Amino acid sequence: MNTALSWIKAYVPELECTDQEYTDAMTLSGTKVEGFERLDKNLKDIIVGEILSIEKHPDADKLIVCQVNLGDRQLQIVTGAPNVKVGDKVPVVIDGGKVAGGHDGGPLPEDGIEIHNGKLRGVESFGMMCSIEELGSDRNFYPEAPENGIYIFPADTEVGADAIELLRLHDTVFEYEITSNRVDCYSVIGIAREVAATFKKPFVPPVVEVKGNGENVNDYISIEVADKDLCPRYCGRVVKNIKFGPSPKWMQRRLAASGIRPINNLVDITNYVMEEYGQPMHAFDLSTIHGNKIVVKRANDGEKFITLDGQERTLDKDILMINDAEGPVAIAGIMGGENSMITENVTTVLFESATFNGANIRKSAKRLGLRTDASGKFEKGLDPRNAVDAINRACQLVEELGCGEVVDGIADAPAPLSELRQIPFEPERINAMLGTDVSVDEMLEIFKRLELAYDENTKMLTIPSFRQDLIGFCDIAEEVARFYGYDKIPVTLPSGQGQAGGLSYKLRIEGECRNIAEYCGFSQGMTYSFESPKVFDKLLLPADAPERNAITISNPLGEDFSIMRTLSLNGMLTSLSTNFNRRNKNVKLYELANIYIPKELPLTDYPDERMQLTFGFYGDGDFFTMKGVVETVLEGLGAKKKEEYDPASARPYLHPGRQANILYDGDVIGFIGEVHPAVCENYDMKTRVYVAVLDMPKIMPLTSYDRKFEGIAKYPAVSRDISMVVPKTVLAGQIEKMIAQRGGKILEKFELFDIYEGEQIDKEHKSMAYALSFRDKNKTLQDEDVNAAMKKIMNGLESLGIELRK
Amino acid sequence: MQDRLNEIRSLALKRIKDSDSPEKLKEIQIAVLGKKGELTSIMKTLKDVAPEDRPKVGQMINDARAEIEKNLEEANKKLQEEVRNARLKAEVIDVTLPAKKPVIGHRHPNTIALEEVERIFIGLGYEITEGPEIEKDYYNFEALNIPADHPAKDEQDTFYINGEMLLRTQTSSTQIHAMEAGKPPIRILAPGRVFRADEVDATHSPSFHQIEGLVVDKNITFADLKGTLAQFAKELFGEDTKVKFRPHHFPFTEPSAEMDVSCFKCGGKGCRFCKGSGWIEILGCGMVHPKVLERCNIDTNEYTGFAFGVGLERIALLKYEIDDMRLLYENDARFLDQF
Repeated sequence: MNTALSWIKAYVPELECTDQEYTDAMTLSGTKVEGFERLDKNLKDIIVGEILSIEKHPDADKLIVCQVNLGDRQLQIVTGAPNVKVGDKVPVVIDGGKVAGGHDGGPLPEDGIEIHNGKLRGVESFGMMCSIEELGSDRNFYPEAPENGIYIFPADTEVGADAIELLRLHDTVFEYEITSNRVDCYSVIGIAREVAATFKKPFVPPVVEVKGNGENVNDYISIEVADKDLCPRYCGRVVKNIKFGPSPKWMQRRLAASGIRPINNLVDITNYVMEEYGQPMHAFDLSTIHGNKIVVKRANDGEKFITLDGQERTLDKDILMINDAEGPVAIAGIMGGENSMITENVTTVLFESATFNGANIRKSAKRLGLRTDASGKFEKGLDPRNAVDAINRACQLVEELGCGEVVDGIADAPAPLSELRQIPFEPERINAMLGTDVSVDEMLEIFKRLELAYDENTKMLTIPSFRQDLIGFCDIAEEVARFYGYDKIPVTLPSGQGQAGGLSYKLRIEGECRNIAEYCGFSQGMTYSFESPKVFDKLLLPADAPERNAITISNPLGEDFSIMRTLSLNGMLTSLSTNFNRRNKNVKLYELANIYIPKELPLTDYPDERMQLTFGFYGDGDFFTMKGVVETVLEGLGAKKKEEYDPASARPYLHPGRQANILYDGDVIGFIGEVHPAVCENYDMKTRVYVAVLDMPKIMPLTSYDRKFEGIAKYPAVSRDISMVVPKTVLAGQIEKMIAQRGGKILEKFELFDIYEGEQIDKEHKSMAYALSFRDKNKTLQDEDVNAAMKKIMNGLESLGIELRK
Repeated sequence: MQDRLNEIRSLALKRIKDSDSPEKLKEIQIAVLGKKGELTSIMKTLKDVAPEDRPKVGQMINDARAEIEKNLEEANKKLQEEVRNARLKAEVIDVTLPAKKPVIGHRHPNTIALEEVERIFIGLGYEITEGPEIEKDYYNFEALNIPADHPAKDEQDTFYINGEMLLRTQTSSTQIHAMEAGKPPIRILAPGRVFRADEVDATHSPSFHQIEGLVVDKNITFADLKGTLAQFAKELFGEDTKVKFRPHHFPFTEPSAEMDVSCFKCGGKGCRFCKGSGWIEILGCGMVHPKVLERCNIDTNEYTGFAFGVGLERIALLKYEIDDMRLLYENDARFLDQF
């Protein structure tokens, strides 16, 4: 909301402060000032001059040379403006003065433009006559200004006067951020009331009086509200003999400062009252209202209606309509109808000032795709009592501006207004909650300024109807806090018994995962939780893949953000692709984030949010590099057993021969693999990409911070190597399992040290060699002990079809 | 014999003196003192000496051996040192050549900022918890005093799954879960992802993170809220940081406030960073609304509480001077490597 300070000062006449003081004080009391603009910040030394004579420029067809009287002096000024004539009173900026912009009305320079004496085509010029654009505004806000040329003041303007003052530009426009609960502050009156309370100055709102023409409004119109749930208040007043004309300058200036273009007296009055009282008004041409009757009721489903912008709208039974005896004439609170709109031929106007159900207006406007200034106000839920004040204020202005003749009385549907709210005054409780020691007197003083009436006998506060946000004790406490000053409230720490803070076990383990991932060289990425359903195709998932059962967002930002991810790979591959296509080398990323698995669709209860630790990289390294990362993570998290790798994982997005499920105790806890080349292509990556995903809910139970020292071996180890020819169908995992099982207690460790496939060996076989190490904790091993263990291992290996090289 | 001894002795000492490597000394040692060495041989001839002279001659041999040994040792020590010095001289490296760094990954700036915030509040006795990202309408809105018709529920802002389920728009939903799960005193900090229907640009993202704080106990005051958050700001942004509380409105707190911190770039003088105001808006907070407490069956006559919500990305962007929010979700290695 933007408002000129001069308008506020009209209702708080004793207010005196700098723009910055105003900003700070209002922000601290809860009416946040977003910014302010001094309209005259780049206007300097601009005075009213009268053109005494005009001569042609000797050397330029388009220039003229004027002698201008500035009261205390006479100056020669050269101009190219086409519109001036002798006797015109014009704004003149003199040597060393400043204007806000150029005559083309382009963007205003930050520091304005300084004007100096100079020569134009050889003729001296001692200043400049100004257009409205040069003064920093335009014809939208100064409709009397010429389309092209110098601004001309009325003939009776005093020569030598301050032109900036006459144009009412010695003013500052403040922009406020009004919180949604303070409906009353979307109005000049509401803000002025806060200003008066903040600066402890008297609040002097307009005194509203309507003379009337002696006729009775009920002879012109009757009002019936059929759907009272959607329309708490509907008032109408009639104005006859409309005389159109421009509104006065003071009204135009105030509207312009609020960003509203002056049109004519009637339109300006309704806009003015909307700004001043926060109450939108509508005006009907009474001659178009059939049966002298207004009926407020819901529309019929599918009904069509043409609004005053000429568009046909399709209505439904939840949209409230203003009807006459024959049919709809306006969509309540949103927009009038073409059939009843004001034209230049209007003679009698019906003013409407009403309040509607805010939520209904908001939803209707949304369904219609028609959000207007009026609906924006109504949807906040307006004060029914304010509607009467506003319509009377409008009629008062009609009389003052000579815009028409006001018929006596307000046509109103008899609807009892709800009683004013009462809230108990509990000063001790207020101080206890705020941690303050504000005196009762000071609190009562604050209430008085806010127009909250206090009854000493009942100890109750009566809340004015415009403060619909004040409902209970805590709201009253906030009023005290705001005007006592948030800055004066003490600074303490909670006094209760201390407790030890800390991370939950889950968060602690996730922290470990990050540490391990990072020392393995992986950087942390973050990607969105929602993605496109096309992801499933990109990952080559078949039509019946369970991963396709994803939770769908009903109102996504677009298809690309429309489903909650059921697997974490897309984010990882997209990030890797971004890096690859930006030519970053050797990129290793990890992410710790949820996937969302519905228990049933449509979703009625919480889905399973499963934290996934996802790794991905391209560049230096291969499948086994990634496998090493997985092992490091599991060891680092304190897993007691060794995980296993099952190549029969059959994930379509991975290389069919280079993937595995990661098993722990026979349970799948994740997977690892090289990304399928077709998937890489889908993600626009011409490189091998490796991924691994660990399902954290499966990881959590096998984590442990439990470590036990097992002693350092005192007795020597015995090493033995096994060299063998292995059928290609036998996996290293099978061999290692066999060695581990059969080696017995004395088998300390074993390690593959050679593997060979190629010319030296037939195609069905590979050569492998393991180094085994035996050790007994309690004695030096004897050859026979080792031989026995080796024999068992060899026998086992032979049973796998392995031939031992002796 | 004595002459022979003197000869051996002086020759040995001379050879020791002339030696220029430890190897040569070793040769001398073997030639003179070894099992078949000259001195050892003489020792063997001691039996030919008259018995009365034997002690004297023996002593002489021993003295010669000791002297030679001592000279050998000294010479050896000297030569060893020379050898080492020569090696050190030959081994000079250019210490300004590039380092061989272990490749260590980098933490996301959001996480770095979050961990810092968590550290501060753990120190103040807060338990770090979480809540669901896909949430029920009740926890995201209704229980937080945002009734069915509230504009905040407008579809423009909230991603809905259906009428009942939605993507949480604020971590404030965790307040309700915490109050349902436990009785006061409650002191929690709940970070997490939240979602709002904002198009992606330099300052907006449809998915971002908040950190929710909640304290419910006896005698909790607005002054406690101010004190807690002032301490938080000092620890996060530096000891000289000043805070300013401005009245604001949130449906689930009353009184409510927004907290600004003095600009940590210019110290409050006003700069481009703080848009000239000297202050930077950091978080929203307030006293937990009695309606919210009541819904969670907490006696408002006995207990009060405060709550606050911080935008994690806002902290990360400010603290690390990141000028475009999109960078946080692109995961460009050249970005991540800077943290």
